Amino acid sequence: MADVTLDAKGLNCPLPILRAKKALKDIPTGGTLEVLATDPGSAADFDAFCRTTGNELMEHSVDGGVYRFLIKHTA
Amino acid sequence: MADASDNTKSMSIIVTKGTLDWAYPPFILATTAAAMGVRVSMFFTFYGLQLLKKNLNLKISPFGNPGMEMPMMGMHMPMPNIVNVIPGVDAAATKMMKNLIKKKGVASIEELREAAVESEIEMIGCQMTLDLFEFKKEDLMDGIKIGGAATYMENALKSDINLFI
Repeated sequence: MADVTLDAKGLNCPLPILRAKKALKDIPTGGTLEVLATDPGSAADFDAFCRTTGNELMEHSVDGGVYRFLIKHTA
Repeated sequence: MADASDNTKSMSIIVTKGTLDWAYPPFILATTAAAMGVRVSMFFTFYGLQLLKKNLNLKISPFGNPGMEMPMMGMHMPMPNIVNVIPGVDAAATKMMKNLIKKKGVASIEELREAAVESEIEMIGCQMTLDLFEFKKEDLMDGIKIGGAATYMENALKSDINLFI
């Protein structure tokens, strides 16, 4: 279970990333954020976001058009 | 963006266009870069100054834009230049675009600009453009700076990425 879940379903680029960044600010280091999105571009974008910012993308999956990302706040 | 250490990457963007469609690339890149820890400075000049107005009233025009094809009833409607002689075409195209933006979950420019303010992106309005088009600083949003080419250059020389949009 993630500490916080962000429902970004129905939002398009760049809103899922912007909302995720905002949510991460309020999560202490070591905490986790789960993001749910329907934007197909989010798969590549959350990869890039985590690599660049140093936050850890622990899991990502897609189920029925919903992309799920589990991010550990490390940076 | 509180991290102002020397390792912080930075980006400057010159924003020259003031239509609804062209407002997107600079604001999307600026806000995303800020979310990824990049320090961003935007310089709004000529028609780009429209994007700093307190009350945004951005429009699109299909005129001279053969790349604009609006999705409609499962097809795409091209916008040949001839349609621009019909009064109200720009207003109709703008309305169509705003409806699409909402329907597809794309952020409004107001929303992206708000995100830019929140993420402490520096926004600079061009003094010469203010003079040229007789705009007043009071017409522009609060919290921006006013400057000229030298102000931009100082930022650009220190930036890792410089874009002209």
